[in-house]
Amino acid sequence: MSDIPVIRFEDVSKIYPLPAGDVVALDRVSLTVERGEFIAVMGPSGSGKSTLLNLMGCLDVPTSGKIYLSGKDISGMNDDELTRLRRDQIGFVFQQFNLIPLLSALENVEFPVVLTPDREKSRERAVEMLRAMDLEEELYTHKPSELSGGQQQRVAIARALVNDPALILCDEPTGNLDTKTGTAIMNLLAEENRKGKTIVMVTHDPKVAEYAHRLIQIVDGRLV
Amino acid sequence: MIFLDFAVRNLKRHWVRSFLSIIGIVIGVIAIASLGIMGNSINLLVANLITDVGDTIVITPHTAIGDTFAGDPRTAVDATIPARQVDEIRRAASPHRVIPVQQGADEVEFGGGESGYTQVIGLDAEDIPALLDIKVGQYPRQNQPGALVGTYLAEEYDISPGARIAIGGDDLRVAGLLEERGFAADINPDYAVVVPSAWYRDHFGTDDAYSMVIIRVGDVGEIDSVKDAVDDQLNRREETVDIFDSRELLRQYEEIYRQITTFLVGIGGISLLVAAVNILNVMYISVTERIREIGIMRSIGVLRREVLRMFLYEAVILGVIGSVIGGAFSAVGGYFISVAAIEVFTAGTTFGENFTVFDLTAVGFVIFGMLFGIATSIVAGFYPAWKAAQQQPIEAMRHD
Repeated sequence: MSDIPVIRFEDVSKIYPLPAGDVVALDRVSLTVERGEFIAVMGPSGSGKSTLLNLMGCLDVPTSGKIYLSGKDISGMNDDELTRLRRDQIGFVFQQFNLIPLLSALENVEFPVVLTPDREKSRERAVEMLRAMDLEEELYTHKPSELSGGQQQRVAIARALVNDPALILCDEPTGNLDTKTGTAIMNLLAEENRKGKTIVMVTHDPKVAEYAHRLIQIVDGRLV
Repeated sequence: MIFLDFAVRNLKRHWVRSFLSIIGIVIGVIAIASLGIMGNSINLLVANLITDVGDTIVITPHTAIGDTFAGDPRTAVDATIPARQVDEIRRAASPHRVIPVQQGADEVEFGGGESGYTQVIGLDAEDIPALLDIKVGQYPRQNQPGALVGTYLAEEYDISPGARIAIGGDDLRVAGLLEERGFAADINPDYAVVVPSAWYRDHFGTDDAYSMVIIRVGDVGEIDSVKDAVDDQLNRREETVDIFDSRELLRQYEEIYRQITTFLVGIGGISLLVAAVNILNVMYISVTERIREIGIMRSIGVLRREVLRMFLYEAVILGVIGSVIGGAFSAVGGYFISVAAIEVFTAGTTFGENFTVFDLTAVGFVIFGMLFGIATSIVAGFYPAWKAAQQQPIEAMRHD
């Protein structure tokens, strides 16, 4: 099991058809992410970083080429199958935190568990995750709008981890945070990586990229 | 059930908007149900008023009424059926009972100085028991004249059997009072005086002119053949008489009132349609506002059909709450509207007494209104919900 890569790209291209002409966001990219890696993806804006992350996260399907997630080919999957993969195999951490405003901090973390057959354990698991993120217990019932950026990102990371996914994808996780809070968040992610979580992170901040063990540079849709 | 929870929370988050949508549904359901109840009450009342004599054929002189508009001056002509034609009708309708009717009007003194211009109906004394029921007193005989007084007339002038009245100056003893008869296809004696035909002829001096002829057909199945026989006999060369049967009249009444009910419910339906457009609008706003949220949910593993379900729940909740409140209101409202309508329709009569508004059909209208309200909400909610479910997660999350 352990020698199967978490993610494998084989000649993956992504082309967006636009009236002014096709835009090639990714151009025959091949790469492998092994279990337990911590990878930073860097590159100028418009280079295809986000497209790469979206494809890894099963939010999008390639125009050509094959993507294997834990050895399974996802190119032919339908929307329901991709959605279930996102739920079970992937955790997202976004720059905008992207918590659900209607739910409290605790409920946000519970939510991905509630979507699975394991839903009775949702409360217990959510509390466990929020504790690991060092969030004060009196904040559990607060709505996202009542939390600071750093607190929201801790909740978001807890939510990403709660279904024990094979892969954590981070899109500029410290982009909306001050340096001190950003460092704390990066320490949390690094700690999760030490515990064995595979992490792929898009960033343009070289200091943040230093936390990663491998750096992927991407320019004009190609790996450098 | 988390999606139901989501729906509830979102409705609460925008409670003013939800409240207004619910009001829309409430009004629509009330409109449909209470107008339906009102129409139904009118129907019931009319059915109650019409004496259902299914075995009666009524023959009237042919006037313009049947063919042209009621304002035709010929309708004002006092057309009658001559005795010769009555004999022809007797031959054609044999062996069924044929009842020639004379109708006129005269000044009637009721005693105590009270008098009024009143309808007087002349019937063969033998025919009276076949056509009319008496409440008190007895039927007059041909050689022993006496009057039968209609129930409302008797009530108004406080007349009882044995009293004396004067019709156009001719004294007459009251033999009995008639039972309430209501609107019938043939004669309406509730406000009239019924006298034996011999007395009528003496008094009015008309022995060859009948205003209508009633045929009592024992077997309903024979009505059409009797009608055809009379038609053959009298209308062969030219139309001399018009022939109706009571079932036909009843059917026409029922058809008219059924259409009134349909019309009323249709008006209710329009208001519910407006409510549906409001729900569509509210749901559409809700989806547009929450595109980003939908994108986030989809990215962390919510299926398309779950998004659809979540938004449909919102529409269903609005519809159910609105319909239940509307149903309750319309049960109450429909009752009062009906009571008011009946009072207007039956003013001065006793037909509205012991009249129940809530029969099965009325309850049916309430349930119909509620179901229609819920169904409308679901239909209105479906498009926005479907649109929400179709969002691509990446596009949706980029939305601000």
